[in-house]
Amino acid sequence: MLVLAAWATATVDARSTGPGREVLRLLVQQRRITRAADIPLVRLGTTLLPVAAVLAAAVLPFGFRSVSDLPDGVVWFNAMEALAWAAVWLTGWAPNSTLSLIGGYRFLAQGLAYELPHMLAITTAALGAESLQVGAVVDAQSGLWFAVWMPVAFGIYLLSALAMAFWGPFDQPAGADVAGGAAGELSGVDRLVFLGGRWLLLVVAAAFAVPLFLGGGHGPLLPGWAWTVLKTAAVLGFLLWARRRVPTVRMERYVELAWVVLTPLAVAQALVVAVVVLAR
Amino acid sequence: MSTAAFWLLAVVAVASGVMVFRFDSMARATFSLLTALLCVGGELIVLGLDYLGIVTILMMTIEMAIMAVFMVMFMMNPAGLMPMTMIHNKRGAAVICALAFALLVAGILLAPWPSRQGRPPADPTMDLGMSLMGPQMLTMMTLGMALFATIVATVVLATRRGRYDRYGDELQAAPPADPVRGGVGR
Repeated sequence: MLVLAAWATATVDARSTGPGREVLRLLVQQRRITRAADIPLVRLGTTLLPVAAVLAAAVLPFGFRSVSDLPDGVVWFNAMEALAWAAVWLTGWAPNSTLSLIGGYRFLAQGLAYELPHMLAITTAALGAESLQVGAVVDAQSGLWFAVWMPVAFGIYLLSALAMAFWGPFDQPAGADVAGGAAGELSGVDRLVFLGGRWLLLVVAAAFAVPLFLGGGHGPLLPGWAWTVLKTAAVLGFLLWARRRVPTVRMERYVELAWVVLTPLAVAQALVVAVVVLAR
Repeated sequence: MSTAAFWLLAVVAVASGVMVFRFDSMARATFSLLTALLCVGGELIVLGLDYLGIVTILMMTIEMAIMAVFMVMFMMNPAGLMPMTMIHNKRGAAVICALAFALLVAGILLAPWPSRQGRPPADPTMDLGMSLMGPQMLTMMTLGMALFATIVATVVLATRRGRYDRYGDELQAAPPADPVRGGVGR
């Protein structure tokens, strides 16, 4: 297996820098180990990130079918993406290195900033459907998408999707100014699993915006799965665009924005939705 | 199936609870405690209280991630690089634990437990919520406000910089003297 990967690395053009080449390079790279590192915690933290993303994806409907449409799917998604808090802090802590430790602590601060408006946003979508089941949230949007009549919650969700994957404008926990932060001391397979897990988390967070706010598989002409793929690609494309357009946001600034502006906005949005739901 | 899941989760929960006191490193102790609490959340799901189980998992994950910061901040030897123990007053603690355990076991074995009447409800979470919140709504609301006021009061007492440091003696300084500027232009 390793020989095969090494051979593939050698045959790929040495000057190309695509993601495929980077993956192969990390697969054959020898792992660096820092002095007095807590190796079991490094392994736990790095593997927990993709595991959390995959577990969160269990309630994600592809078209109208998901692996498991739990009766409390919205809470399940929230609980699984919260495992990233533990994963990133552990990965930052365990290598016994200052800069990666700073990265781990930064993610906790960022988590405290994004989580409150994020929870209110996904609660608002569940409130609009009067159910915590993701399938019921999709069914409630057969007419009007939630993104149309809860635009504030949708916007806050997109912001927190970026923040929970510590990516784009929220990449400070693994930022270049702390030499890679939480991922700074990772090399080889550990780095591949951790950064791959971050991508997975970003994709899952973007994909969950589709059943919550963009009508899931509902749409004319095309089958449900095709609409899911199209909408997910559109959300991901928007997030990629946002990364190019928006500079890095430091978490001590975002925490004030989140608590002073976004949380009251999210509460007001939930209030509007609650009144509409009670009145219909 | 659910019996096996119950026992598996129970054994893992107790084992990782024991490991909290065996580990030297605060990080390991914290996440060992998190493992125990996640297993408790799993037990709730096995018992049919899906919502409570998942909320327990959500809350405990976030809580223990924050807790790790405080454990590292306040305990000596946070990384476990020097030998230390989390157990103090060993002999007294052992006696108290043994007595409490004996008392609980005696209670379990000797109490005249009532036999089951009726069938389990279709949605146990709903029933639990109604019995907690229905007749006792006023108590719960008061309790919630009291807890929230406690949190705010603790933060106000603990913070190093109050409003007089930020806005001056006359509370009229604008903009406030903060070491770092916030995100909304203040």
